[in-house]
Amino acid sequence: MKLNYNYDGNIACRTILQDQLEKLNISYQLLDLGQIEISDNISEESFDELQTSLKRFAIHIIDNPKAQLIQKIKDAIIEIVYNKDKFPNTTISQYLSDKLNYRYGYITNVFSEYTYTSIENFIIIQKIERAKKLIIEEKLSLTEISYELNYSSVAYLSTQFKKVTGLTPSMFKRVIDKRRKLSNTE
Amino acid sequence: MIAHKDPMHILLADDDEDDRAFFSEAIMELKMDNKLTLFTNGNGLMDYLVLPDIKLPHILFLDLNMPGKTGIECLKEIRANTRFKDVSVAIYSTSSSEKDIEDTFIEGANIYIKKPNDFSALKKVIKEVINMNWQFHTSGLNIETFFFSI
Repeated sequence: MKLNYNYDGNIACRTILQDQLEKLNISYQLLDLGQIEISDNISEESFDELQTSLKRFAIHIIDNPKAQLIQKIKDAIIEIVYNKDKFPNTTISQYLSDKLNYRYGYITNVFSEYTYTSIENFIIIQKIERAKKLIIEEKLSLTEISYELNYSSVAYLSTQFKKVTGLTPSMFKRVIDKRRKLSNTE
Repeated sequence: MIAHKDPMHILLADDDEDDRAFFSEAIMELKMDNKLTLFTNGNGLMDYLVLPDIKLPHILFLDLNMPGKTGIECLKEIRANTRFKDVSVAIYSTSSSEKDIEDTFIEGANIYIKKPNDFSALKKVIKEVINMNWQFHTSGLNIETFFFSI
């Protein structure tokens, strides 16, 4: 039997972290997205153990300050792409620089140096990623999806979708459906 | 997901010597740290991929028309093996018909490249493909719904 499922990556990640930390008897506090606080006097041994056990779930502890900043930028962007209500009334540059307490010029330089893309482009990629999930879920129409993702019109969403994937939303849906059919008949 | 400092591992299978040379040159001009391995046909590529101890590539480029195993045949074998589920597959071809593009994606390709005619266009296309692929590997995006037609 084949089942479809959806998931919330943040909740999944937090649950894994909680399970692993408790298994290793490390006391912790979950902070904002992508951050936890643990005691400073944790032994090197149990820190290594924690790193190893998280690696299995592709969760990496980031200990380089620039990499940490990049992760915070990504998390802040993903937060607004996945919560329409959190979408800032100000510009994205203002939102990021307020949230992260750095000049926007510094934020964009660090970001493009390490990720080989711009913040603007990263936002577009994340929005289209969410659009793909919503299209596959089939609960919302394309017009509703464009509203959910703060696009001014469905035409604009389709144009950006085509730019990022090379496909129209309907061709994307067709490919996914046919792939499923193919793997069901095998 | 890969860490930011890992080099990107790239494989290419193409029977045309000139195309391989152009491709290598385009890859060499990338800013991103990378490791490129070349194959002159699909059989050689598939023999290599089934070796147990290799480091799997992040992306592999397949020419559609090769003697022996074609690009599509390689693609089907790769997608039938869950060991390669995190490997992006880019097909490049001289066709730009929508039907060919759609069929290639249905078979499990992530990227479809219409072979450009001149070198500067090729460099630009490869850079865009590699950068987009990097985003999928470093930002937790779903590779099963990764499509990029260029």
